Amino acid sequence: MLGFAACSKSPQTDKLVITGSSTIAPLMAEIGKRFEQTHPGVRVDVQTGGSSRGIADARQGVADIGMASRALKEDENDLYAFAIAQDGICIILHQENPIANLSDEQVVAIYTGKINNWKDAGGNDAPITVVNKAEGRSTLELFLHYFKLKNTDIKADVIIGDNQQGIKTVAGNPDAIGYVSIGSAEYDATHGVPIKLLPIGGVAASIENVKNGAFPLSRPLNLVTKTAPEGLAKQLIEFAQSESVHDIIREQYFVPIAR
Amino acid sequence: MSPSRVDQIFVWLLRGLAALAGSVLVLIVMFLIIESIPALQHVGFARFFTDSSWHPAAKAAEGFYNLVPMLAGTLFAMAGSVLLATPLGILSALFCHYYAPPIIARQYRRVIELLAGIPSVVYGFWGLVVLVPLLRHIEPSGLSLLAGIIILTIMILPTVALMADAAMANVPQHYLQGAAALGLSRWAILRGVVFPASKAGLFTGVILATGRAIGETMAILMVCGNIVQTPKNLFEPIRTLTANIALEMAYALGDHRTALFFSGVLLMAMIIALVGLAEHLVKGKIYG
Repeated sequence: MLGFAACSKSPQTDKLVITGSSTIAPLMAEIGKRFEQTHPGVRVDVQTGGSSRGIADARQGVADIGMASRALKEDENDLYAFAIAQDGICIILHQENPIANLSDEQVVAIYTGKINNWKDAGGNDAPITVVNKAEGRSTLELFLHYFKLKNTDIKADVIIGDNQQGIKTVAGNPDAIGYVSIGSAEYDATHGVPIKLLPIGGVAASIENVKNGAFPLSRPLNLVTKTAPEGLAKQLIEFAQSESVHDIIREQYFVPIAR
Repeated sequence: MSPSRVDQIFVWLLRGLAALAGSVLVLIVMFLIIESIPALQHVGFARFFTDSSWHPAAKAAEGFYNLVPMLAGTLFAMAGSVLLATPLGILSALFCHYYAPPIIARQYRRVIELLAGIPSVVYGFWGLVVLVPLLRHIEPSGLSLLAGIIILTIMILPTVALMADAAMANVPQHYLQGAAALGLSRWAILRGVVFPASKAGLFTGVILATGRAIGETMAILMVCGNIVQTPKNLFEPIRTLTANIALEMAYALGDHRTALFFSGVLLMAMIIALVGLAEHLVKGKIYG
């Protein structure tokens, strides 16, 4: 009975539904929790389903806010996008690997199996262990998109799930090549894990370069709404863009946006 | 209340609890089947075995859904580890029971129990940082079926050893005394008396271990390389069905997701078939 009363009494926006990108969802869930703490009676409901669902749900009004881990496309200009963080991915090698630089063409050749020994890329005479991400990961999508590859073209020796598994695999194998989120790679590399981050397109892989937009392999994490946000949705978006959630963003290895 | 009435209440209570335990299994299987029906409708049963590869997509027409390499991976990893762990486990129990001095036996048993309690992700982590780099010296990249078999063997060994140990402890003392009085050697007693008398327990241990080997996910995910392929030798990477579900479920949509549920049904069917086969092999006599 109490539940019924509460429901019928306040049908306004006490509940915010947020759907979309599985990259942003864990981050938004944490931000939502903190938002709930400072706004008693508010519930933030975060559901995943991919960036396309986030866009579609926001447009149809199924969700109050959509999540899209990419920039809006041209035909999506009717929507409002609010970037809450940046995500970048970088190529990592073992520290002992003498290679300091790989061109985009070399990376493509390695991942498609055209080069399978490091000596063909200017390194030691050793077979390359290619580390790829499992199907459906957004890191994989961004990687494929940047290097204009299809996942079926990739000849991998190891397939991994999350960033940590990728870093441990490369750290344990001097002949491995992998790609992971820059945030986690930079943290581990500066904390004694024997990996190194390769530059892409001549730009050093660092959180700094993601932040200032110089690093090519990066993308914005966007919150999307159909109309100019107001009320609770506006409060939540402003909260997600504020400095008070930067610690959560860093914890999840994303890059807060400088203002 | 008369004693018979108390008995009746107790019996019905036990029946209720047994029904509850049974219905949990039925509910899980039903849930799996219901969730995988869309996959069977859109992808179809045959394509899970005849498609050219495993490159699933949210829409059935755009993806490839061959589960055979992963089925093979699961079976090879399971068979290899059970073949290794069964003799080792039984030998370990024999040592503990009939050869080791009591003090050592007690300590040894404690170590085995501890081994059984280590979380699988710890085994996986150990495998990734110690075992895989060792194997890499034999054949790059080290992440392979062999690594999976070794890790699984270490994981299921305690199950076999502890069950065998318990089974041997249940062999009646007068059997042993009788055999010893006949002047049989220790090995003859073990072979002629202990093994037949503890057969049921040994067998149960192997079945439990096999189940654990099929179901193990985390450790396998970390050391097997997860390439979807039917391995040609021990040094090639594999992906098991459980690892596949763990890797992809959180990111799967539409038909990809339901296909993963279908692979869950296959796993369930494998385990049921295994238990059924085991029961058939001993024709129910073993527990009698």
